[in-house]
Formats: sequence, C-alpha cells, structure tokens
Amino acid sequence: MADQIKSEASPSVAAPAVELIGIDKRFGAVHANRAVSLRIAVGSIHGIIGENGAGKSTLMSILYGYYQADAGEIRIAGKPVHIGNSHDALAHGIGMVHQHFMLVDPFTVLENVMLGVEGGYLLAAGAAQARAELQRLQRDYKLEVDLDTPVGELPVGLQQRVEILKALYRGAQVLILDEPTGVLTPQEADHLFRILRALRDEGKTVILITHKLREILEVTDRVTVMRQGAVVAERATRDTTKEELAELMVGRKVLLRVEKSPAKPGPVVLEVRGLTVIDGAGVRRVKDVSFDVRAGEIVGIAGVSGNGQSELLEALSGIRRASSGTVKIKGSECGVTHTIDPRAMRALGLAHVPEDRQRMGLVTAFAINESAILGYHDDKRYNGPLLMDRDKIIDLCGRQMGDYDVRPPDPRLRTAALSGGNQQKVVLAREFDRDPELLLVGQPTRGVDIGAIEFIHRRLIAMRDAGKAVLLVSVELDEILSLADRILVMFDGRVVGEVAPAQATEQKLGLMMAGASEAAA
Amino acid sequence: MSAAPPSSLPRWADVVVLPAANLLAAFILSGLVVVAIGENPFQAMSILVTGAFGNAESIGYTLYYATNFVFTGLAVAIAFHAGLFNIGGEGQAYIGGLGVGLACLWLGGLLPAPIMVPVAILAGAAFGAAWATVPAYLQAYRGSHIVITTIMFNFIAASVMTYLMVNVLIKPGQQSPESHEFAAAATLPRLHEMAESFGLEMATSPLNLAFVWALLCAGWYHLFLWRTRWGYEIRAVGANETAAIYAGISPARITILVMAISGALAGFVALNELMGVHYRIILNFTGGYGFVGIAVALIGRNRALGICLASLLFGALYQGGSELSLDMPTVTRELVVVIQGLVILFCGALENVFRGRIAQLFRRLTPAAA
Repeated sequence: MADQIKSEASPSVAAPAVELIGIDKRFGAVHANRAVSLRIAVGSIHGIIGENGAGKSTLMSILYGYYQADAGEIRIAGKPVHIGNSHDALAHGIGMVHQHFMLVDPFTVLENVMLGVEGGYLLAAGAAQARAELQRLQRDYKLEVDLDTPVGELPVGLQQRVEILKALYRGAQVLILDEPTGVLTPQEADHLFRILRALRDEGKTVILITHKLREILEVTDRVTVMRQGAVVAERATRDTTKEELAELMVGRKVLLRVEKSPAKPGPVVLEVRGLTVIDGAGVRRVKDVSFDVRAGEIVGIAGVSGNGQSELLEALSGIRRASSGTVKIKGSECGVTHTIDPRAMRALGLAHVPEDRQRMGLVTAFAINESAILGYHDDKRYNGPLLMDRDKIIDLCGRQMGDYDVRPPDPRLRTAALSGGNQQKVVLAREFDRDPELLLVGQPTRGVDIGAIEFIHRRLIAMRDAGKAVLLVSVELDEILSLADRILVMFDGRVVGEVAPAQATEQKLGLMMAGASEAAA
Repeated sequence: MSAAPPSSLPRWADVVVLPAANLLAAFILSGLVVVAIGENPFQAMSILVTGAFGNAESIGYTLYYATNFVFTGLAVAIAFHAGLFNIGGEGQAYIGGLGVGLACLWLGGLLPAPIMVPVAILAGAAFGAAWATVPAYLQAYRGSHIVITTIMFNFIAASVMTYLMVNVLIKPGQQSPESHEFAAAATLPRLHEMAESFGLEMATSPLNLAFVWALLCAGWYHLFLWRTRWGYEIRAVGANETAAIYAGISPARITILVMAISGALAGFVALNELMGVHYRIILNFTGGYGFVGIAVALIGRNRALGICLASLLFGALYQGGSELSLDMPTVTRELVVVIQGLVILFCGALENVFRGRIAQLFRRLTPAAA
C-alpha cells in the first residue's frame, strides 16, 4: 500500500507536500496559533523551531487531526483537505512520531507495527506480508531493528525506529517528528539524522519539531521559527546561524556561552573515594569512583546518559545506598554505605538539584509554595508547634519566585501550571536559597527555554564565585564545556578521565564518552 | 498545552456541578427501576426524601447513620492521600469494636463516664489501628499489595469476631451471640437526652455524642492533612513517591502511620454503634459501613467537607430507604440497596462520564476572548 501513494506523490513536484494557510487556534485565553502560514516542499527536511509554548506542537497536532483549527486551511499536495482525526491524517499520507512513544512494550516489533492494520482475523497471513514489507523498508531507509524482539527490551533509540517504521508501514509520505532527540544519546541522534536524510533522498517529506538549534543546523533544509504562536521567520538553513535563530526564537539577543572569570578553587568540600553503587537488580552502576570537588569550582561530569551519573548523584545525595566507598563533606564522613538519609546530607550543607525535576524535584500536584519547601518542610522557620506557618511559606516562596523571575509569580498556583523552565527555577531557588556549601546539579537545563538556560547558567556561575563547590552532571556537552572548570568523563560506571576545558574538544570528549581511553583519545 | 484534557473545569464546577449531574443520573435510573416494578417513581422519591428529612426524628436517624459514614469515609480518604487504597475499613471497624467493647465491659463499672469515654475512644483507635498496621507493614516492608491484604483482613476480622462472640464474650445462658450490657458510665448519651437536660425539646433518635466526635474528627482531618508537616509528608508520598524520597521522607514509615490513623478512624464506628445504640457487643454491627466509606470518600473527593456532605447523602439514603421499603412494600429492602448501588456507581465508578460534556458546555458558555 505504501507503493501506491508513493507513485502518485512523486510527479507533483510543483505543489508543496503540505501547505498551511492562516491557521488560527485558541484554547480559552491562550492564542496558541496566530494566522500561521507554512509551505513545506516535497522531499525536504523542514525544521520548526521555537521555545516551549511557541505553538509548534499545537500546529502539528492540527495537521495530525488532534485539534481542529478555528480558522485556516490545510492543503496536501495542492488539494484542500479536512483532517478530523489521526485516521484522516494517515489517509492523506501524514504520519507522526510522538515525543512519548505509543508502543505496547510486551509486543514484538512486528506486532507493534501491525497493531490496527492486522489485515484479517487470523494473524499469520498478515504477519508474513508485514514482515516482507518491513524488511524492504528497513533496507531502503537504514532502519535496522530486530522484528521479533519485544519492544520493551529495546533501547529508546530503537523504539523510536519502530515508531518511524509504523508510520512508513501505514503509507506516510510526510513524517512529523516531535522533539525526537530528547531521549536519545548523541550517537543515537546522529543515526536518526542519517535515517531522516535517507528518507528525504527517497522523496519523503520530514517535518522536525525541536527547540535545539544544533539539530536544525545539522539536518534541515529549511527552518521556520515560531514565537508566541506566530511564524516570525523562515530561512534556508544554509543561510542562517545559531545566533540568528536564537535571537529570532527569544526575541532578543542571547548569549549562547556564559562569560566567566577563572575559578579560584579553595579547600576540598566533597571527597569521594572508591564509591561503588549496585542497583536493585544487582548491576554495578558506579564502579570505584574517586574525585574531589573544591570550594569555588564547578566540576562537570560528562557522559552519555545511563553511564552511572544518575546513580552517582543519588548516592551522593543520600537517596540511594552505596555498597562501598567513602564520601566526606568538609572532612566529615557521611556513611553513604549504611544509611539512606537525604535529610542528614542536607544538614551537612548539601543541596541537590535532581536530574528529573518532574519525577523527583517537585510534586507537580502541589501548590508552588508547597513544592518550594520540599525537603525543607521540617525546617523550624516553616513550622509552628503544631501547624505549618502557611503565610510565611507563601511569603518566602513569593520572594524566591521574584528573585528567580518565575512567571507567573503566584505561589498559590499548582506546580504543574508552570512551564518547564519556570519549574526548574523553582527547584533552583529552593536549593540555592539555603546557602549550601556543596551543590549537586543534574541536567539543570533539560527541556528549558534558551532564555531560561542563560539565566540558570549565570546563577550557577554566581554560586561558584560565591565559593560554593559545584558538581554538575549533564549530557549536553555544550553545557559542560561552557560551565565546568574541570571535566570528568564517565563511561560504564567509571570515571575514565579528566580533561581541562581548555584542552577539551567535543570530539575528544565524545571519544572518551564512547569508552575510548584517555590515552587513545 | 499538549493535548489539553477535556477535564479542564473550574474548581467549583468540579465540586458542585459534576456530583450533582452524577446524582441526577443515578436518581433518574433509579426512577426507571421503580417504574419497572410498577410503582410511581415521584411518589417513591418523595417518600425517600421525607423519610430522611421530613421531621426532626427522621433527621436524627439520618445524622446517626451519617456519623458512621464520616468515620469510615475519613478512614478511606486519608489512606488515599498517601496513595493507599484501604478496603479494610469494615474489618478495622469490627476489631475497633472489640477494643471499645472490652474496655467498656472491663472498666465500665469502675471508671466514671468522663474518664471511661476517652479510654474507650483510645481503645477503639488502638485496636482499629493495630488491625490496619499489619497489612501496612506487609505493604511497606514485604511488598504485599494492600488492597489484597486489607480485603483478606476483613474476612479474618469477621471470623475472629464470630469466634469470640460465640465462644468467649457471649452472655451465658443466651441464644444470640451478644455480650453483657455495658455499665451506664460506658455509654454515650443520646443528643435528645442531652438537649432535655438543658431544657430543650428534641425528637427521640439514636443520634448520640459520637456524632459530635465525628465532626471533630473531620475538622482534625482537614487541619492534619493540609496544615501540618505530617500531612504534607503523607500527601507528598501519595502524589509523587520519588520526590518524597528525594525530600527525605520514608514512604514505608508514612504507610504505617497513615494506615494506623485510617484504622483508628474506622474503629470509631464502634463508638456510635456499640456505646451509642446497642450498649453491648453484637455480631455484624459494622453492617457494611466500612465498604460504603469507600464510596463516601470518592464522592467527597477526599476532602473533609465533601466527606461530611457525602455522609449526609448516604445517611439519607439509608434512613429514607428504610422508610421507603416500609411505605411501599413492593420496593423491598433489596431494591433500596439497588438505588444506593446506582448512586455509588455514578458518583464513584463512573464519576467522569459527564465530565467531557460539561467541560464542553462550559467552554461554549465562557466567552472565548479574554
């Protein structure tokens, strides 16, 4: 069935694959799309970039039939169409790969792809046909993945390929990818880009939604910039720069690299020796790790996600028990191997900005002022003899929100009502406000707007300059390179090397992150 | 922004309009059932309502039933806030009754009422809490699912109580398994008796001092959950366990704490039933109040005021329902249970059936520009 649509798509070179004309959409008071017009050429990779809330996802949801536009027209290959639901979208050759995968974990790849298009009451015949078709797709587009493995056992990069296969199998000519690299390692992202180029070269059209400038520059042919629901610019990718796109997205000049003075390291604050962490399944996640962090320096831990950084942070903050090794904060032993007590670690002057703010750093169902005391709710200044001092909590939270420019600045709102960047600012305000000696910071800018990234980076540098010891874990190499005074690279649970930022290049770090030894790099 | 759920209702609509729509649907369907057996549904409805609220006496009965539901509703709701589904309210109430009963039987003749009553309250709380703590421990440290264990503990409680009543606590020389009667100091005064002593007229009903205790418990529940650090910890564990661990809160300890409180609240049913009405331990005095507490908590949205209102609703259904089966012999006791079941079905299990439609209506009514 894919062939049939393919043959009719290729001759119509003149008409754009997708044309949106004057799309307008409101959600109550929010004007999500303002008269958006967009032409996407057949056989191109078209990027749509914008900050969170700029209206990219809404626009694509309208194209995919989740929402109906209040006004405007959609044309596919030159013909006006009505897309009432995702079925209509697929019938017009539009497929979507969601940010969060829509897969049935215990089913095999083949079963997932067939789901909904089984081709009869008995599976065997349909399965044989699907297998043949999938093998052809895999050959054509470098989409290798074992068809008989349960999807739940695949790494996320391969799960994403299954999603792409699903769309192609259903005859998609236009493929929409919503923030596809959010869950991928740099290597997996590179592979994805190769797949996208192969798709383009075969005449498919790819729409890539992202807020990452690098991806736009690396893989797209044209890019549309959205801000506050409207298209603010469209460029041929080769004619634009990172700086220009960032400025268009945010609406003002943005510093992509923070400016900082050289570090003035003081005494050792955090001393880690031979730390080993074994997880519940018996897997050694952190293997014999030793390092120091001094006052007034930022030590960055680089590494591909899943190489023990998370477990290291959890062990250091008292959330997870270490199986051996010692941790000292300002010379006093923390007993990380026998007690699990984040409160005790906080009492020693540790503050922890966790990697995943929604899963760990906040309670999204709580009011912001309640989230703003998480971990410090026992503190005397928040409690009377029996009841909590609600006025004071709201008062302090309001002050923190002002200091960190959290918008909207209302401590009584639900935490979930804030955007990702503002949620992160609430966590940072809470943790920095304690004047901690030692800061553990995990992925401080994951999913955060460019404008907020700049702010968060400046705050981290300010903490360093105030003489705090900062341990920064990030999978964004840019972030490590621009913030860290010393860089440790983790691979497979070990610290495989230390690099000074002046000598570090992305290539050198990338090789170390992939397991090559320091000497080889 | 992504996938705006159809559930975005203003808070007051969530609290008032939605339950009202659900109730209406339940009553319409109940009306159809009444029509099906050949009775006039409007007449049945009017008997139900006057039976529950028609005069001072019936109101007294309604509030007496509601008292039980406040206790069990709060018990279910507080566990819910920690993410625990306590189905064992029935058994905890039953064993709480053992505590209350033993205290009253042994100390009733020795202590004056102002001391006896607090002791009985403590005994009921302690027994109910102890009974709930066992499944809590199994959940917290052994990973046994609390829904399964609390259900099983209901059966164990029923069997234990039957054994004790038949073999140990039965008043000698008697056929029905009932204990000795409590001493006067070990009973709760009826509210109409108390009113009389102040020179006020009040209709005779089983409504007793336990009703006041239930209201105090509801007030305490609200303050404890929303204004204390312990309530904060309970809600944190229920809303996001990972974040709670990050904050240094032990979910295992919270599980034990909240189930103990839950069991204690359920145990207070015995104050109303044994000390307030029967003045002795009897079999099956819990009469399903523990299970209805689940529906009360659901309809009351786990909030103190909501639970009190939902208790009133179920109190009215119990009282009005028994009047109905008296006045309309074709509407049997069982049919009244059907009506109660429909209310539970619509307000509990199907609570969101009308949500999308009402939200749509709201969107249409609110002006788009803002």
